Amino acid sequence: MTTKFTKDHEWVRVEGDTATVGITKHAAEQLGDVVFVELPDVGNSFTQGDDMAVVESVKAASDVYAPVSGEIIEGNGSIVDAPETVNDGPEEGGWFVKMKLSNPSELDELMDEAAYKEHAANS
Amino acid sequence: MTTTTDTFTGHKGLELEVPLLFEEGSYEKSGVDMPEPSGTSRLGDLCAEQPVELPAFAEPQAMRHFVRLSQKNYAIDMGIFPLGSCTMKHNPRLNERMARLPGFADVHPLQPVQTVQGALGLIHELQHWLCELTAMPAVAMSPKAGAHGELCGMMAIRAAIEAKGEGATRTKVLVPESAHGTNPATAAQCGFTVHKLPATEDGRVDLAAMTEKLSDEVAAIMVTNPNTCGLFERDIREMAEAVHEAGGYFYCDGANFNAIVGKVRPGDLGIDAMHINLHKTFSTPHGGGGPGSGPTVLSDALAPFAPVPAVVKSGESFEIIEQAEGDMEQAFGRMVAFHGQMGMFVRALSYMMSHGADGLRKVAEDSVLNANYVRVRLAEEMTQGYPGTCMHEALFSDRWLKDTGVGTLDFAKAMIDEGFHPMTMYFPLVVSGAMLIEPTETESKASLDEFCDSLLGLARAAKAGEKERFTQAPRYAPRTRLDETKAARKPVLKWTPANPEAMAAE
Repeated sequence: MTTKFTKDHEWVRVEGDTATVGITKHAAEQLGDVVFVELPDVGNSFTQGDDMAVVESVKAASDVYAPVSGEIIEGNGSIVDAPETVNDGPEEGGWFVKMKLSNPSELDELMDEAAYKEHAANS
Repeated sequence: MTTTTDTFTGHKGLELEVPLLFEEGSYEKSGVDMPEPSGTSRLGDLCAEQPVELPAFAEPQAMRHFVRLSQKNYAIDMGIFPLGSCTMKHNPRLNERMARLPGFADVHPLQPVQTVQGALGLIHELQHWLCELTAMPAVAMSPKAGAHGELCGMMAIRAAIEAKGEGATRTKVLVPESAHGTNPATAAQCGFTVHKLPATEDGRVDLAAMTEKLSDEVAAIMVTNPNTCGLFERDIREMAEAVHEAGGYFYCDGANFNAIVGKVRPGDLGIDAMHINLHKTFSTPHGGGGPGSGPTVLSDALAPFAPVPAVVKSGESFEIIEQAEGDMEQAFGRMVAFHGQMGMFVRALSYMMSHGADGLRKVAEDSVLNANYVRVRLAEEMTQGYPGTCMHEALFSDRWLKDTGVGTLDFAKAMIDEGFHPMTMYFPLVVSGAMLIEPTETESKASLDEFCDSLLGLARAAKAGEKERFTQAPRYAPRTRLDETKAARKPVLKWTPANPEAMAAE
């Protein structure tokens, strides 16, 4: 199981050909209190970098991009019903979607935790 | 803050509390005494079976309710209103006087045109000023706000593309990340897909990256100039050439025209369409004092597709072209029922004529000077979004607040305690914790100094660890810090009486 990060502050955790995707702790802190989440429907496919979900806080509405290409196999309904779940545990219970990877090699372009930490500190 | 003794009334001196209409009104009485109807009701069984339970007021009570509420407002007539990208400038009283002249104020849009020649002449004259100031051949006067003007420009672009038979293939619109949210929304509304334009390190559109994205699928670029970081797009001519080369059009968001009016003519930059917010650059009221007005200037390439209606001069008289026929047969359609916001046209032309061309140039110069004065003074404690001089608005990031426990929102709330309307916050999105300050040319040096001294004082307090001064702010407003999160997550959208039984028994 590996966790990778994007420069746009998404994380992606891969088990087999399934990826769990969410926004990073740093992103959640920057957004402030999340008040609304819109998730894609199960069955939709996205290409890496596509707008995939929307997260809205008291400060701003932001797009969440697909960190890798693939098909949505599950959405986390609990963050839609209780958006505070994203703030409570952005990298645990506050995950957004699970995807079936269509191009696992894309993971190689993403950052590991150490590289992301440095990226977040400078952004 | 230590609270002083509460008053018996809930009022604080002359700052008066206001209950809701539903709490204050009477459900039994009426503001107007009507005699009991006699005879039988012709409504039969359509009569109301229950009282409608709307609160009623005597006239003085109603007046007091709304006047008290109005006193809780903040307005450009009270103090500096530094909302970036909004151009909150003074609305001269001369404009109001002109707009109230009966010949303008009392005309009806369905009057015969022979009876409103003066009003049509005014619209025609305003068209002339707008076209001259922008070096554009045509202007659509009917759009009723900035975003509506954007829609007008993008619909003209779509019509031009369809006329060339490229409607099915030119489907992309390129928009910078720093754009006003209305830009991508407008493009999407017109059926285009939106693609991001990356920025350079110094906050401008990356020309090389833009050129790479151009193709025969690109319908248009939508760029704000000066952009929302308060910076002039240095490469704007090259951008226009590149998009034209690729067969696309150049939409310019004119929200920030105040910075360049009288100095730069958008037509000379190669722009094809631009809306002009009369309620920004040309001093007509915003929002509640509005309505807005967003005439859209169009280049030679787009002029044939301008919407109806249009005011034209025919010999010595003025006419309105109402139908898409004759000279306007290619018009993309009609956006509004009538001709636009007459009251705003009068105010805008009054502003233009009282300033003259040289006065308008001075407006741009002074607005840029004021913004740079604020920028330089505040840079003493605050971090600029991008280095260097700015145009009409100064952008700061929240980098200078790092490790203070104070955020942009808290800082803005503390400004309310100092008697200022906060600046634009968290926009543009390209800068962390953005604070976008647009003082406009309205403010005197004394006013800017008071503003800067106050913000510098707050900045030093934040750095000195006076966190509560910020996290509890505003402390002196009629309502103190609101729970914005709870308001968004669990909004209370319906009034329910505190004690329903007591109300029913009244």
